[in-house]
Amino acid sequence: MSIEAKNIHKTFGDYNALDDVSLEVPDGKLVSLLGPSGSGKTTLLRILAGLEYPDPEKNSRVLFHGEDVTDVAPGKRGVGFVFQHYALFRHMTVEKNISFGLRALPRDKRPSADEVRRRVNRLLELVQLDGLNRRLPSELSGGQRQRVALARALAVQPRVLLLDEPFGALDAKVRKDLRRWLRTFQEEIKITTIFVTHDQEEALELADEVVVMNNARIEQVGTPQQVYDRPSSPFVIEFLGNVNRFRAGLGTPSDDSKGVLYVRPHDVEIEAAGASEHEYAMQARVLHVFSAGNYGRVALERLGTHEQFEAEVSRERLRQLHITSGDVVTVVFRHVRLFDHGRYTEGEVRHGRLVPYDIA
Amino acid sequence: MPAIASRTRSFVPPKSFRTITEAAPVRWTLIAIGVGFLVLFLLMPLIAIFYEAFKKGAQLYLATFSDPYAIDAIKLTLTVAAISVPLNLVFGLAAAWAITKFTFRGKSLLVTVLDLPFAVSPVIAGLVFVLIFSTTHGWFAEPLKAGDLRIIFALPGIAIATIFITLPFIARELIPVMQAQGRDEELAALTLGAGGWRTFFHVTLPNVKWGLFYGVVLCNARAMGEFGAVAVVSGNIKGKTSTMPLYIETLYMEYQTVSAFSLATVLSILALVTLLLKNFIEWRSAKAARH
Repeated sequence: MSIEAKNIHKTFGDYNALDDVSLEVPDGKLVSLLGPSGSGKTTLLRILAGLEYPDPEKNSRVLFHGEDVTDVAPGKRGVGFVFQHYALFRHMTVEKNISFGLRALPRDKRPSADEVRRRVNRLLELVQLDGLNRRLPSELSGGQRQRVALARALAVQPRVLLLDEPFGALDAKVRKDLRRWLRTFQEEIKITTIFVTHDQEEALELADEVVVMNNARIEQVGTPQQVYDRPSSPFVIEFLGNVNRFRAGLGTPSDDSKGVLYVRPHDVEIEAAGASEHEYAMQARVLHVFSAGNYGRVALERLGTHEQFEAEVSRERLRQLHITSGDVVTVVFRHVRLFDHGRYTEGEVRHGRLVPYDIA
Repeated sequence: MPAIASRTRSFVPPKSFRTITEAAPVRWTLIAIGVGFLVLFLLMPLIAIFYEAFKKGAQLYLATFSDPYAIDAIKLTLTVAAISVPLNLVFGLAAAWAITKFTFRGKSLLVTVLDLPFAVSPVIAGLVFVLIFSTTHGWFAEPLKAGDLRIIFALPGIAIATIFITLPFIARELIPVMQAQGRDEELAALTLGAGGWRTFFHVTLPNVKWGLFYGVVLCNARAMGEFGAVAVVSGNIKGKTSTMPLYIETLYMEYQTVSAFSLATVLSILALVTLLLKNFIEWRSAKAARH
């Protein structure tokens, strides 16, 4: 089922949580609301669920499949909501937790006890927790609790699944596993799903579409590749992954561009001093070399301006370079992005100049 | 979150940690002061009560409980508790619910007023109710007289004074429990289609049951033991408006020491049972929290 939010306004006292936010989520998609804390992403999710109401005087509307549900109670919207800290009923067994929604149905719609049991078992199988029917939430690990919460939300056969920071309270390893699992799971049951996260890696890996939010507004909507490769604003580029930021131009005599220049660490190439003198971007001093991890990282300081930045190079390249703190090296930027008073240019640096790509 | 919590719980400090802060003499002095005070001010009076009650043998002790006035006093005390505890249960739940789950104007005022019975002297509280409900000079003297209703020097007055005194107990127990639990489980029930009553009886109430039970136990102990406020509003008429604590005083004033202390043992046993229950509940809820 498709979800549509139209001109959502929400204030808490003086605080503006959502400022005229509109969003369309097509049927069956997995969409992520990504943003820093305070950006309004959770508030938007809760408004979609009906746990929060938009400001009444602003004509904000929430539509499910074209049908206005703005004033419909959360229990009647057909949403499955998964809370950040699971919110499992702590005194109920896994089985009772999952069947809660079914048992709360009006008598004429309530399935028989046998049917309830069958559905619970099917859901437990689906979330790979078969046989844990009689456990209490306290007897489960974080990842298991999260999956019980998911099964509980799915038991009432919602038309939409909403997840608030679903992996936020889990440790890194479990988070990664559960993330993959959720991806396949969502593809299997094809339910329109929106999840909130502040973790860009999670959003980029999991979502069909990423909604980047900042300051009560939506900054950009697009596929993970679109938002990563074609960021629409300095905020998006800074929020999605590490990036080096330089004020003004490249600092070479022939360069006259102003604004802010961004270079991803993996687009910074290090060469020994003087190696390719006629195409270099700048010279820099090595501050630190971090050689542990999947790739090597080098902290650098630009000569002259003392701007600090970071380069990511393969471990093999790092060995070849043979650099230590204090060395002066030549740095080449393979791919830079320039935001100049709202104008966006992307390109590579040649002879100290930004040469824009031919964007067709 | 729970994963982190369980990890910190399993952390047991090494033995050397426990004694690293204070030297042995300091520790022993502090322990001696603490234990000494407890023995002097709590344990000794308790022993004295039982000693005095049984001083002249079990026969005389038991005779107290065939005194019709004593039986009336016990009955009245039980009646007052049976009225005031359930009413405070409803009020306590409602107040704790309102304070922890909603934001509303006047909330901090409600929290402050809730503590009023702790701050006000019980005698003053009793006098206030006399002032309001007296049939000769109270605010409602005319309508009360017209309807031939007696509040002061009667059961309603005793019940009202007791409710006032025990008002904070249940709410005060519930507020921290409810605050710690937050609203997420109730919201989850809401998204799953449960109505308000279902959510209350299946989600909220089971979560606070031990806190609630403890509040009720404390409330009950105080309701049965209240003296000051009840003394003022009841008039202390033997066999009519004399509760257990009041009758104990009467007996004592009439030099019936054994009877006075015998009746006092009933209240003391109630206090001891309350403490046992408290420990049991704390043990239970600690067990529940571990889960």
